[in-house]
Amino acid sequence: MKQKYLPLTATILIFLLSYALCVAQYPNMLSTRVIGNLLTDNAFLGIAAVGMTFVILSGGIDLSVGAVIAFTGVFLAVVLEQTGIHPLAAFALVLAITTLFGAVMGAIIHHLEMPAFIVTLAGMFLARGMAFVLSIDSIPIKHPFYATLKSLYFKLPGGGRITLIGGLMLLVFAIGILIAHRTRFGTNVYALGGGTATAKLVGVPVASTTVRIYALSGLLAGLSGIVFSLYTSAGYSLAAVGVELDAITAVVIGGTLLTGGSGFVAGTLVGILIQGLIQTYITFDGTLSSWWTKILIGLLLFAFILLQKGIIRLSRNGRQPA
Amino acid sequence: MQTSSDNILSAVRIEKGFPGTKALDKVDFHLRRGEVHALLGENGAGKSTLIKCLTGAYRRDGGSILLDGAEVDPRDTFDAQRLGIGTVYQEVNLLPNLTVAENLFLGRQPRRFGMVDTRTMNRKARELLAEYELDLDVTRDLASFSVAIQQVVAIARAVDLSGKVLILDEPTASLDAHEVAMLFRIVRRLKARGLGIIFITHFLEQVYEISDRITVLRNGQLVGTRDTSDLSRRDLIAMMIGRELAAEIHSARTEVAEGRLRYRFRNYGRRGRINPFDLDVRAGEVVGIAGLLGSGRTETADVLFGAHRADSGTAEIDGQTVDLSSPRAAIRQKFGFCPEDRKTDGIVGDLSVRENIVLALQARRGWTRPISRAEQNRLADQYIRALDIRTPDREKPIKLLSGGNQQKAILARWLATEPEFLILDEPTRGIDVGAHAEIVRLIESLREKGLSLIVISSEIEELVAYSTRVVVLRDRTHVAELGGDRITAHQIVEAIAAANEREAS
Repeated sequence: MKQKYLPLTATILIFLLSYALCVAQYPNMLSTRVIGNLLTDNAFLGIAAVGMTFVILSGGIDLSVGAVIAFTGVFLAVVLEQTGIHPLAAFALVLAITTLFGAVMGAIIHHLEMPAFIVTLAGMFLARGMAFVLSIDSIPIKHPFYATLKSLYFKLPGGGRITLIGGLMLLVFAIGILIAHRTRFGTNVYALGGGTATAKLVGVPVASTTVRIYALSGLLAGLSGIVFSLYTSAGYSLAAVGVELDAITAVVIGGTLLTGGSGFVAGTLVGILIQGLIQTYITFDGTLSSWWTKILIGLLLFAFILLQKGIIRLSRNGRQPA
Repeated sequence: MQTSSDNILSAVRIEKGFPGTKALDKVDFHLRRGEVHALLGENGAGKSTLIKCLTGAYRRDGGSILLDGAEVDPRDTFDAQRLGIGTVYQEVNLLPNLTVAENLFLGRQPRRFGMVDTRTMNRKARELLAEYELDLDVTRDLASFSVAIQQVVAIARAVDLSGKVLILDEPTASLDAHEVAMLFRIVRRLKARGLGIIFITHFLEQVYEISDRITVLRNGQLVGTRDTSDLSRRDLIAMMIGRELAAEIHSARTEVAEGRLRYRFRNYGRRGRINPFDLDVRAGEVVGIAGLLGSGRTETADVLFGAHRADSGTAEIDGQTVDLSSPRAAIRQKFGFCPEDRKTDGIVGDLSVRENIVLALQARRGWTRPISRAEQNRLADQYIRALDIRTPDREKPIKLLSGGNQQKAILARWLATEPEFLILDEPTRGIDVGAHAEIVRLIESLREKGLSLIVISSEIEELVAYSTRVVVLRDRTHVAELGGDRITAHQIVEAIAAANEREAS
């Protein structure tokens, strides 16, 4: 097997193994209902993590994701409360704003040669601040269209439901996988992760690729915000704090190298599912503190970083002679 | 003179100036179809500037470039590539984390319905590489192949993209003999296909092996273009450096070290890196270390300096057992070490010449006892003068200096610590012939001052010039030691060859 599939395989094995362990203890966990909920509950995180995967593959980082989700939620709540425009129009408007926001961050990162960490950190404060400017309260969204969207689902055998937002996440992952592996843009993202200077020499349009990567992350953070507002039926400027870190965690557990250039969008989905599974297990158990989720995820993350380090070392020694 | 139709690429009266210097002064350069044309000159002679003008990386100030008889004006390297001029550099400029096929077709992947058609791309990549005698799994990451193969992939990409002129900028610097032979087979094949190939290198043997014609630049001016077969090595060196240094480098060494035995290593080694060896070094002695690439030369240096701790044996200085388990410990025993790869291990590029020179001395004194600025200036000026480091002033960032001058600055760094035992790993690698001779003279003068030196070099002639003893390595083992009048290029080559024969039998 090729070395680059090793982290992904490890992730999938860990997921299957832990799911088997969960089922051994609580046979009820083996139901389409649990799986459906797993998708619904993690939909907003999953969508944001797809954008994060592209950013990390290119060797960057996007810390603004959580704040953009909160901004999106508050924006939708305020707009739907105070104006008469249709939610779909509001969705389009907010997606345009967050995409542009991401594009501007990408342009600053490229043209001013600033570290992505700093630029998106500033973006995080800016987006969170804008959310506060719009409203400091938690505003409920009572639009009837929201109720309609929330009532849409696809029934699985066994009583489980793939809700609209759960299905949307799967769709976003499918499109993300196609973009990453079957488009020139996708290859360019990997190329940037392999080294910006080299990528430029080989003819990768570094500027437009960087802008598009962060625009994509902004777009998906906005979409994630819409999903989050559907999920919670409210907009609150203090919501989704630290979601960007959960997204980064899912990406790394999913087998993507934090330094960029290597990984798979599909792995991120498994990373999301592992996080969700741990949460579900703790809910089933009922006695464990929810902090155990964080502790287990922390340990898992650490294990994956070690695994990646090991693989890098192996691949250095394993070069084929001429 | 050739008629213009023979020339695939002609550069006429190219001029390029930088503030304060004239990098190219009306240089003419003509490349024929189906020839390998070596472009030679000392560092700073204008080779890279000329190449950069041809590939559009620099804008020339004057002169014209004719490709296939038509005037062209490449705006950047992509433009040059589109016109037909491709370049391959010493460091492979491809992406290690992409597959071989992706590297070959990056930016022009075949598509179907807007999606990359991976299967077609892989098939085309295999077909392309088959022309270069390579049969690889093109879906593997480039990083999983050796540098030589990566180099060939880079050439395949450049030729496929441009197809008229191929510029090879020091392509062989990090390859071993076997890999160089493979590369040259490919170059000959491309030549037979009618490509014009410009070959830049520091290895004169390779120039004679592969090139048809040689053009020499010096100080931004054209010295001349000659047929390789009509140009003797001595004349070539004379053209490059403008003085008869060749004889000086190869002057026979007469005296034998009579200094007292100071350093005694017994059964010294580290498992997996270098097998245990015995080594004695006298005061005022240069011990040369010879061997093929990967024979354990650099590993010997690392273990002596404590960069990799020895796990067997003892080290004695003047009869006292000493601890050399880390570079800090070695520096305390007045050891100095100029590593092979000065870009990654030696210089700190953004610091000034002065800061680079005082670095090791400061490190030995400890950071709590800073060297005063006046003292730093005095030291820097002293060594800039003593070693003839060519820099406008001591505050210039060292990365802006030429390779030879960087090497001298690193030497200065260690000389400033007044070492008694100095290890030089490939001190003349990648520097021009003129600086070469100066480094050799410097080694001689250090030896005369009573220092003990270990010098590792892959240039045997050079070892012969300054060594009082030569240790020959093979397969991470010290296999032979030559002294006195046995130090000749012939004897060293014999020793290496004999060692390898033994391995074969």
